[in-house]
Amino acid sequence: MSESSGAAISLRGVERMFGEVAAVAGVDLEIAEGEFFSMLGPSGSGKTTVLRLIAGFDEPTAGAIELAGKPVQHLASYDRDVNTVFQDYALFPHLNVIENVEFGLRVRRIPKARRRQLAREALERMRLASFENRRPGELSGGQRQRVALARAIVVDPKVLLLDEPLGALDKKLREQMQIELKDLQRNLGITFVFVTHDQEEALTLSDRIAVFSDGQIQQVDTPENLYSAPATEFVASFVGTSNLFDEQAALRHLGLTGRYTIRPENLRFVATDSAEPGRLSGTVRNRMFIGASHRTIVEVDDLEISVLEPAGSPNREIGEAVAIDFNDSDVRKLRTTESIAA
Amino acid sequence: MSHASRTKVRLPAPPVTASRRLSSFFGKHRRLSLTALLAAPLAWLVLIYIISLLLLLVTAFWSTDSFTGQVVQEWTLGNFGAVFTEALYRAVTVRTLIIAVSVTVIDVVIALPVGYFMSKVAGPRLRGALVVAFLMPLWAAYLVKAYAWRTIVSPHGLLDSLGISPGLGLVATIITMSYIWLPYVVMPVYTGFERIPDNLIEAAGDLGAKGWKTFTAVIIPLVWPSVIAGSIFSFSLTLGDYIAVQIVGGSQQLLGTLIYANVGTGGNMPLAAATAFIPIAVIVIYLTAVRRTGALKNL
Repeated sequence: MSESSGAAISLRGVERMFGEVAAVAGVDLEIAEGEFFSMLGPSGSGKTTVLRLIAGFDEPTAGAIELAGKPVQHLASYDRDVNTVFQDYALFPHLNVIENVEFGLRVRRIPKARRRQLAREALERMRLASFENRRPGELSGGQRQRVALARAIVVDPKVLLLDEPLGALDKKLREQMQIELKDLQRNLGITFVFVTHDQEEALTLSDRIAVFSDGQIQQVDTPENLYSAPATEFVASFVGTSNLFDEQAALRHLGLTGRYTIRPENLRFVATDSAEPGRLSGTVRNRMFIGASHRTIVEVDDLEISVLEPAGSPNREIGEAVAIDFNDSDVRKLRTTESIAA
Repeated sequence: MSHASRTKVRLPAPPVTASRRLSSFFGKHRRLSLTALLAAPLAWLVLIYIISLLLLLVTAFWSTDSFTGQVVQEWTLGNFGAVFTEALYRAVTVRTLIIAVSVTVIDVVIALPVGYFMSKVAGPRLRGALVVAFLMPLWAAYLVKAYAWRTIVSPHGLLDSLGISPGLGLVATIITMSYIWLPYVVMPVYTGFERIPDNLIEAAGDLGAKGWKTFTAVIIPLVWPSVIAGSIFSFSLTLGDYIAVQIVGGSQQLLGTLIYANVGTGGNMPLAAATAFIPIAVIVIYLTAVRRTGALKNL
């Protein structure tokens, strides 16, 4: 990791202690220019802490942070060329929409006419042109979200940090905003660092994803690789659903040593009386219809195995004895948790 | 089977008692229950506050027989005429206003940094200690505080021995009243700062604003209604005060002491009532002026 000069953001050995507790520790990250980079993890996993360290709202207790090759860990947020879209938007309640968007331009002493023009352009880009005289309190969640985006991009940052920006929106609006965010990032061509606990959102939007757990990065990879080749048990279970085999189960059912995972969609039912019986056999516990597919939970000894089939597959009765098979190439070996801590 | 077990565990309905009937009656008649709840405090407010104010207004239009000292219940504008034309009243009104404004400005200037420090800088323990420290004077009697200041500013007092005493007079009155009313300004200003979310301050910094710019462009506008709310206390309380100035003000007179003198030694109730309308009018003007800031919602 020596080519830090090409990276928009570079973190090395970053640690943030709160008293005795490490919110994050040993974080190494290289985020490329123009990349849509997500930090994914459950709440309390340290992803927002890392975002705040990059933004400059907080200082690391150890390690180095570089923006475009320049060390910034001791710079205040107003001296960093990054802008943030806050989780609850943090719009100034005493200013109307256009004054909110103009705030960063006013601080930069841009003349009033030019300021208005730039702010209007940013609002038009967010399709909010007709709202410029409203107060934040008079806007819906989705509109506030877009004002917050306009306010951040109007000052032309090199990096945009987004802290769970879609968390407060309902499902439909969230999906629409995902598309808008992706378009925006493509058009602006700047680096987006996106914090989310929603794995689907991260997979949909990102060029690369860092998966956080307990203040440490579990894996940094493309969405495809995270999904098909999870490095750890945590990644396998957090990114999509997965069937996990610990050392004991792997030895017993797969004949392998170590820890393994198989995705539910890579399992298939085979006839119990065929010449090649499946390598797993058990009884159906539950069967759910989930739109485009059926999920069947099969009890294999003490394991609960989830099998995902396309809708229209033959029905399975609860209690029915079934056999399951898979391709060897879909069996993924996991790093043990110990090897991460090391 | 499930049916059998359900009948077995069925519990009796709650008994219909008198209090239960009453509750359900009031539950159905919301308006009636609201009236019942508000009747006593409303009666209190109307009797004690509004009627007494109206009586004051009426009294102001009566006069006193200069020979017997009895109130003569005949309508006259003479009291208001005296209050508006006599140089004494004009001078005292101006003096009282200057003192009320000075006290308010001093208290706000102290409350702003103190409130900011308490809400945004101090840790929870120091914050608690400071809140108690600023509230503590409220637990001491007014006279004790006023006399304490008298011993500090009077000749041969503490400040005099340091050679910096203003002596008894208007300056001492301003200092004493600033001290006595300070908690009433610090508390709303402190809670005003407390209500400003930290992420607004972060957002300002994120957009490039340094400390001073964040303070003037974000923090001050957001805390301003609370400052006004606090200033209403210090301004109105100073305007009506007549005790502190008698203790530390030397021979200076304020509106409060004029009213007091007219009621007491002067024995001229109607003139006192007319005089009392000066501070009332000033406060009404002040409240009307600050209503637009939204401060009244912050009280």
